Amino acid sequence: MSAIEILGLEKTYKVGFWRKRPKRALEPLHLTVQEGEIFGFLGPNGAGKTTTLKLLMGLVFPTAGSARILGHEWTDPEIKAQIGFLPEQPYFYDYLTAHELLDYYGQLSGVAAPERKRRIPEVLSLVGLTDIKGVQLRKFSKGMLQRVGIAQAILHNPRLVFFDEPMSGLDPLGRREVRDLMAQLKEQGKTVFFSTHILSDAEALCDRVAIIYKGQLRGVGAVEDLTSSVQGKVEILWQGSRIPASMKALNAECHVTGDRVRAVIPENQQDAAIDTLRRERLRLIAITPLRTSLEAYFVEKLKSTPTPEEIKVGTAVGNRV
Amino acid sequence: MSARILHIARNTFREAVRDRVLYNLVAFALLITGAAILVGQISIEVERLVVINLGLTAVSLFGVVIAIFIGIGLVSKEIEKRTLYTVLSRPVRRWEFIVGKFFGLAGTLAVNTFFMAIGVFAALLYVAHKFGRPDAWLFVALYFIILEFLIICSLALLFSSFSSPLLSAVFAFSLFAIGSFADDLRGFAALTHGAARWFALGSAYLVPNFSALNVIASVAHQQPLGMQLILQNTLYALFYTATALSGAVLIFERRNLK
Repeated sequence: MSAIEILGLEKTYKVGFWRKRPKRALEPLHLTVQEGEIFGFLGPNGAGKTTTLKLLMGLVFPTAGSARILGHEWTDPEIKAQIGFLPEQPYFYDYLTAHELLDYYGQLSGVAAPERKRRIPEVLSLVGLTDIKGVQLRKFSKGMLQRVGIAQAILHNPRLVFFDEPMSGLDPLGRREVRDLMAQLKEQGKTVFFSTHILSDAEALCDRVAIIYKGQLRGVGAVEDLTSSVQGKVEILWQGSRIPASMKALNAECHVTGDRVRAVIPENQQDAAIDTLRRERLRLIAITPLRTSLEAYFVEKLKSTPTPEEIKVGTAVGNRV
Repeated sequence: MSARILHIARNTFREAVRDRVLYNLVAFALLITGAAILVGQISIEVERLVVINLGLTAVSLFGVVIAIFIGIGLVSKEIEKRTLYTVLSRPVRRWEFIVGKFFGLAGTLAVNTFFMAIGVFAALLYVAHKFGRPDAWLFVALYFIILEFLIICSLALLFSSFSSPLLSAVFAFSLFAIGSFADDLRGFAALTHGAARWFALGSAYLVPNFSALNVIASVAHQQPLGMQLILQNTLYALFYTATALSGAVLIFERRNLK
């Protein structure tokens, strides 16, 4: 079953003093996210990621279109008991402690009191917040608030979790922990939909990604497909600074860095290159298929303008545009 | 009532308490104690009148200020600080949020009024040395003051659902001021003719009639209050509150939280 089906959601705001000038925040969006996958929603700042999430959460109303979440209409309030949401740069009732806040949110999500009592310390420990009992949130750092935000999103054991820029404000260790947490959620069979502009996070975590720019979907696909060995080249790394003449004959592009040589050669010359290194008694360190990075794909999609047909075909079936 | 409304109301009450709103009780206690001691020393036979007048007026004014200043931020502050996002992304209907906020603020004011009422009765006992039968009307006056708070809370929430805190405060205080002279406005309408008469009469009926809820002078002069007045005021306040709350819900249900 699809966890999320977005069927042409679009949003146009009226701006200006008299609110007469239309400003398109989101072009009609068609997107499907399968249950159990980690889906990255990528785009630069102001691309329309947060607008999409707010539309799905019912915080803003669409100009047109609809969506289905876990098989239900997205406007059905009851479905929200199965959804977790972390807003961008979350801010909470700062007069509460983390325990009180989670207890309140647990109550609103319909979590029974004994379950809340068990779950609150569990999720706080999961996000790395210990020894904070009795401390009001107004004394928390930005990173700690982000962790509280993640805790409240998963407190009620939702089937589907939306994270808006979950790594924001976190130090490298915190980012690593959140990545591990998302992987853990996936292992538990949950669906994670997260927006980010940090491509390395998406590349490390996501099963599939979508790229959005200026409110328009530019591409959707599996990370593996998008970063596959499309160039038909391999990278060979060996120790030393010597480049054998026969290697040059294989059309290798060689670069010496310190005591290592990096050569890029056509994939079909790989065996010949290895033979050369053996013959020359050079120590091979690694052979890696050359992959298109997600970043390169991202930049390419931001520069290109897809035709309406491309958007319709690609997004409707969830394939690469 | 939905359990979620109770949770939201309880959290609103907790916010008011932790934001030290109830500290106004200290100021009230000082005021009423000072007044009782002063009146006890200088006045002759009018101590009771002065203490009731001053005490109940202070209860009303303190409560109105709290109702407006908290009420105008109940929705707009949550939108501005984005605390609303994590509430409305749960199975909480927007109307439940508004109603929960209303009950939270009303509860805060009821608790506040309860403690202030104790102060008024204590001061009364200090100057009069005993309670008389007519003093029971004080409870009716306090009840009307609470009805007044309900109307103000709902109006502050209504303004807060579409306007900035500053404008909401201006609207709410203006309505309170005009509503306190609603009877005078009706009297003025009777003296005018044509369009002015209709305008004055329309305004008099549109603004909340706080003058009908103000029975402080009658109670201070030990005049009894009719059952009909109590019933009328109750129905009027409940109707006005429900209408203003419905307006707040209707606006908030359609509002985009940018």
